[in-house]
Amino acid sequence: MTDPQRNAPQHFVLAGATLSDGRTLDIRIDGGIVAELGSRLDPRGATRVDAVGLIALPGLVDLHTHLREPGGEGAETVRTGSQAAAVGGFTAVNAMANTSPVADTASVVEQVLALGDAAGYATVRPIGAVSKGLAGEHLADIGAMARSRARVRVFSDDGMCVSDPLLMRRALEYIKTFDGVLAQHAQDPRLTEGAQLNEGAVSAELGLAGWPAVAEEAIIARDVLLAQHTGARLHVCHISTAGSVEVLRWAKSRGIRVTAEVTPHHLLLTDRLAEGYDARYKVNPPLRTDSDVAAVRAGLADGTIDIVATDHAPHSADSKHCEWSAAANGMVGLESALSVVHETMVETGLLDWAGVERVLSVTPARIGDVRGHGEPIAEGSAPEITLYDPAARHEFGTSDLAGKSRNSPYLGRSLPGRVIATFHHGYATVLDGRLVELESGAVRG
Amino acid sequence: MRHLLSTKDLSRDEAVHVLDVTEDMAATQLREVKKLPTLRGKTVVNLFFEDSTRTRISFEAAAKRLSADVISFAAKGSSVSKGESLQDTAQTLEAIGADVIVLRHPASGAPAVLAESGWIAASVLNAGDGTHEHPTQALLDAFTLRRRIHGDGSRGRGLDGVRVLVVGDILHSRVARSNLWLLTTLGAEVTLVGPPTLMPFGIGDWPATVSYDLDAAIAEVRPDAIMMLRVQRERMSDAFFPSAREYSTLWGLSATRFAALPETCVVMHPGPMNRGFEIASVAADSPRSTVLEQVTAGVSTRMAALYLTATGAGA
Repeated sequence: MTDPQRNAPQHFVLAGATLSDGRTLDIRIDGGIVAELGSRLDPRGATRVDAVGLIALPGLVDLHTHLREPGGEGAETVRTGSQAAAVGGFTAVNAMANTSPVADTASVVEQVLALGDAAGYATVRPIGAVSKGLAGEHLADIGAMARSRARVRVFSDDGMCVSDPLLMRRALEYIKTFDGVLAQHAQDPRLTEGAQLNEGAVSAELGLAGWPAVAEEAIIARDVLLAQHTGARLHVCHISTAGSVEVLRWAKSRGIRVTAEVTPHHLLLTDRLAEGYDARYKVNPPLRTDSDVAAVRAGLADGTIDIVATDHAPHSADSKHCEWSAAANGMVGLESALSVVHETMVETGLLDWAGVERVLSVTPARIGDVRGHGEPIAEGSAPEITLYDPAARHEFGTSDLAGKSRNSPYLGRSLPGRVIATFHHGYATVLDGRLVELESGAVRG
Repeated sequence: MRHLLSTKDLSRDEAVHVLDVTEDMAATQLREVKKLPTLRGKTVVNLFFEDSTRTRISFEAAAKRLSADVISFAAKGSSVSKGESLQDTAQTLEAIGADVIVLRHPASGAPAVLAESGWIAASVLNAGDGTHEHPTQALLDAFTLRRRIHGDGSRGRGLDGVRVLVVGDILHSRVARSNLWLLTTLGAEVTLVGPPTLMPFGIGDWPATVSYDLDAAIAEVRPDAIMMLRVQRERMSDAFFPSAREYSTLWGLSATRFAALPETCVVMHPGPMNRGFEIASVAADSPRSTVLEQVTAGVSTRMAALYLTATGAGA
């Protein structure tokens, strides 16, 4: 929880906002809850925010964020990463475990939790590692992390695949006892040794070692069967291929407890962008082809893919401005996610705003058991709200980035929409499209 | 041209022009005094992040024949982290006064990154990048082949209708890629032959026929040239094919296969050769082999490439 003395809930009237169901009304945020919905609410005693023409969504929830702290503070910190989240309209992020040290013990996840609370820009939910040191050999301190103050419910070796089927099975069985979820980075390590780019026409021409679609699909196929066998909950990170969508569709038709995410970049970008060897487009799993993009969009539209998650992966300029094979994998994505979903799913007619609310807020909060988030805006709901202007289209630039790193694949690209305001715990983290400077609280513990 | 990064982006006119300039350079190499004053006062840096004695000395000879000052820099094993090493090394060399950087690098795309980076103003000449391209090798191969086919009437001509087999490890070969683009730009018909495991995935759109059967390809194509690629020893331990013997039996240019080639078919190899493995000595040492002509053409080709990039002469 945020120190109430520091960032106290404030009083706002968001006038003339449009909810995801199309209703246009005023929203009163009061005393840490959404107190009232109605028309022409009295703004006295509150800050009036003109929300005419803006869409009000429950604060966005990211199930897949790299905040880099501890260990990678040169690229991002919990504070700067949660600022990037706020600017992107997020009020909660789940911080991946591949830090240094790895989040494989209670003490590391509690540290990340405390850093998130101290920053105050978003709820930071630490994800615990599945295996010690992400080495894929021994289970991490899963029980201790689950019972810690961080109450970890999502476990992932993201960046590495839990490739050993026996370790995967045991992890699923273990996590099932407290209804946690295992978020798998599906990548067969042997099929992707040295892999640099989607295996296909572009990798063949560029002479970059291929990352075949089957390396993702084979692991997902195995894992959904293990999830069925164990009865545990499986979540598949960053689905990138048409074949993966097919495997998921089959698994869901069998009633297997599996959910899946797609990243904004896999909804928009393809491997053709690698043709100039610009390492901003290097990401894991790699950018795929037009037909894969069409398949993941269709999968997200029909619910086969449950959510959009950013895989926000900040990197210093040095680790991107170099030869492709030496460059780091990953792109920042928090600040651009809503605009990319707008462009790829709403402007194409595949999702309406209620659908966006579902894939970027309600369902990710449910999968990750992120309490106090993902509640559709109603009287009595949590005061986690994002105001988005869908009309503004502009060239995305470095001034749109609020995190520490600049490795966005969208720089110089025209994107629709802009986050105008974000409210978290009843106070504003973004107002008039600008980050609100919050005082940093003391880190507890 | 400002840089020479690949053959993929050369137009037919540009490619023919480079080959014609190579003819000019080759002609000067028949004189008693081989040295030209063309690049006097220019500095050429051979920046090699990967061992390659042959390519390096070929570039060195080419630069010296043009009177350029040559600095050879072997950066392999440098302890600097990879990315910084390319930027810092290139900038250091430019600060010393490099006009052209000849770059050999194990990472595909490194010359393109260097050329586009804004780190340097020097021209970049790709001397082989990872498994991407090796444009001067393809140019010297095309020059050699054009000479064999058109002789003194080569100037201004392409390789229209010339049938070429490229045999071996296509997957890891920058020579194969550069040759494919250049040969087809010049009008040749290319057939790629090799084990399926050493054929890149996703080459359905490439302007080439793909075959896994060398005997069938020789019989069907009746090639004008057969280009044997060097097979790296580590491919054997990586299980790309069952054994060296099987590779040699199925995809080597054995004496029997050499005898089955059309009588006019030229035998090419970029070197160094694994004699008895991908090529039998009877083929390598025959009058139809161009192996040493290719080495000689390499110097003329690199003189042309250095001249065109260092002076920015239009192609």
